[in-house]
Amino acid sequence: MIHFIVGVVTSANYWFIVLRSTAPILLVTLGAVITAQAGIMNMALEGSMLWAALTGVIVSAATQNVWIGLLAGIGASVLVALVLGLFALKLDANPVLSGVALNLVATGGTVFVLFSLTGDKGISSSLASKVLPSLSIPVVKDIPWIGKVVSGQNIVVYIAAVSVVVIDLILRRFTIGRRIRATGENVEAARAAGIDPVRIKFFTLIISGILAGFAGCFLSMGYTSNFTSGIAAGRGYVANAAQVVAGGTAVGSIFAAMLFGLTDAMATYLQNIGLMPELIQALPYAVTILGFVVVTFVRDRREAERKRKLFAGTPMQKEKADAA
Amino acid sequence: MNSIKRFFTDRESLAPALVTLFAGLFSLLAGIVLIFIVSKNPVQSVRNFLLAPFLRSYNFYYLLIVMVPITFTGLALCIVYQLRYMSLIVDASFYTGAVVATALGTLISLPSGVHPTVAMIAAGIVGGLIGLLPAILKIRWRANELVSSLMLNYVFYFLGSFVILYYLRDRSQTILSSLPFKKTFLLPRLVANTQLHVGFLIAAGFVVLVSIFLYRTRWGYEIRLTGANPRFAMYAGIPVTSVILYAHFISGFLGGVGGAVEMSGLYRAFIWQMNPSYAWDGVIVAMLARRNPKFVPLSALFFAYLRVGADFMSRRGDVAFEFITLLQGLIILILASDRIVNYFRERQLRKQLLKNSQGESK
Repeated sequence: MIHFIVGVVTSANYWFIVLRSTAPILLVTLGAVITAQAGIMNMALEGSMLWAALTGVIVSAATQNVWIGLLAGIGASVLVALVLGLFALKLDANPVLSGVALNLVATGGTVFVLFSLTGDKGISSSLASKVLPSLSIPVVKDIPWIGKVVSGQNIVVYIAAVSVVVIDLILRRFTIGRRIRATGENVEAARAAGIDPVRIKFFTLIISGILAGFAGCFLSMGYTSNFTSGIAAGRGYVANAAQVVAGGTAVGSIFAAMLFGLTDAMATYLQNIGLMPELIQALPYAVTILGFVVVTFVRDRREAERKRKLFAGTPMQKEKADAA
Repeated sequence: MNSIKRFFTDRESLAPALVTLFAGLFSLLAGIVLIFIVSKNPVQSVRNFLLAPFLRSYNFYYLLIVMVPITFTGLALCIVYQLRYMSLIVDASFYTGAVVATALGTLISLPSGVHPTVAMIAAGIVGGLIGLLPAILKIRWRANELVSSLMLNYVFYFLGSFVILYYLRDRSQTILSSLPFKKTFLLPRLVANTQLHVGFLIAAGFVVLVSIFLYRTRWGYEIRLTGANPRFAMYAGIPVTSVILYAHFISGFLGGVGGAVEMSGLYRAFIWQMNPSYAWDGVIVAMLARRNPKFVPLSALFFAYLRVGADFMSRRGDVAFEFITLLQGLIILILASDRIVNYFRERQLRKQLLKNSQGESK
């Protein structure tokens, strides 16, 4: 058993799969991070991915062009995010509840549309959909071990890597990032500083929609070559847990998503040798929730420590201590 | 009778009732529009969708049977929502409850009557313990209970199907099925030659019990107070932490019992190929009932009506059953929107003010 695991962990093929399974989670985690930074929880990521996955397949089959399919998928995903914004920001709905509702609409709606188009509820194999290409990187592919891991991945895996940099730049280097964080920190203060919180939140929702769109299209046009019902498999929910593990930073998202990717890839491996798939499938979710709890705990401890220092020696001290 | 009269004359409670009605009608309308878009024979499909329970007596009994599990999850979520918690762990409680009941229903022998009761209690306790998890994570580590419960639902789903697959599976069957239940485990039928089982009465009993518990006992009052204002409850000397914990235990207990009732009432073996996820139906039922258990049967009836209609229509036509999940989402969206609720409330108020001012000017 141990011998087997060591063998797996050192193989290039394992790490290739790790990157593959990490990419979609990484993309949605980045989406969850940027909306959470603006103070709105995008619970509808699951729904965004589902619609993107289905729309991508349908449009790429209809146009026989994978890029138009990808674009349409992203469009559908952004639309879901905008509807969430409409309900949560304009109609004063509870954002979490409306996100969950949109996921239900997507879960039922995608199967409904798939069945109406193809007569099949489970899989879109009757549609001649396209698959996003894989890239081999010129120089890197000749490096012995690393080449096998890094080169030859699907284009979306590289897009995920680039997205980390882009989101990091947006959050930390550009003015908009400061505005996003200000909105998330204190809406009233942000408004007093002349920031329109609703616009900022809509902006982050659109970005998260684009990211979830890539992730969703990857699932049905790369990771697998079909849309299957419930293809997102809770990744949108995992992202909201991973977002907390990531500590609200783009770079942290890599580790949080890897946590899921590592166990997910290991599950794929252990399943192949016939080792109790049900138990192993539970592993990625269990590990994510463990990371989620540990990080929340540590973060809260730090926050309490910070507050204690801030209020040390003031009359506020005792009251704050009582409240905590 | 008096309370019914008060319900209809009390303006305060009429506004939310209107929203509920609006959500219900809107979802029906949306459903009909969708059918017209995709169906080749829309009139027939709409007829099947709307009139299913009255077209076949089988459908009518099916409606009552469907009410049972969603009443249990609806009640469970009423308690959680009274606390203003968002945990969806009742899904895991229900599924695991069914698995526990399957284990007891296949492996042990007990006299009939006692057998399902023991299974229900055991399933309830396991479900209750599972229900505690997100609450503990929230209290101890402040982990968002919705996120953690959704993760845990996956974990318990895989654990449950693992137990069925490796310890309880009937290997002579080609599809996934547990060993057949013992005869003593099965609940008696309520009406001969139908599938309507005693579980329906058990569910009705729990509606009464939970209503009394939430609105007529100290513990229920503490739950409602804690939900309405946790800080006030704390200063009033209510042990908030333990209130949250026992509320979640009871909520999970209801879910677990629901799973066990479903197994012993409806099935002869555990044959779920995937999680039926009655918790999502419970979300709607609890929201339509506005967290009040006494309205749960009514909203469960409405939702069962939608489900049976969709099922009947999909088996006789070209519209997929899954469109019910779509409607479900739409209903939650409307009910969750404060602006829409407020619109109805404001309209009520404006009418009333107008009436009052006219009365004064006379």
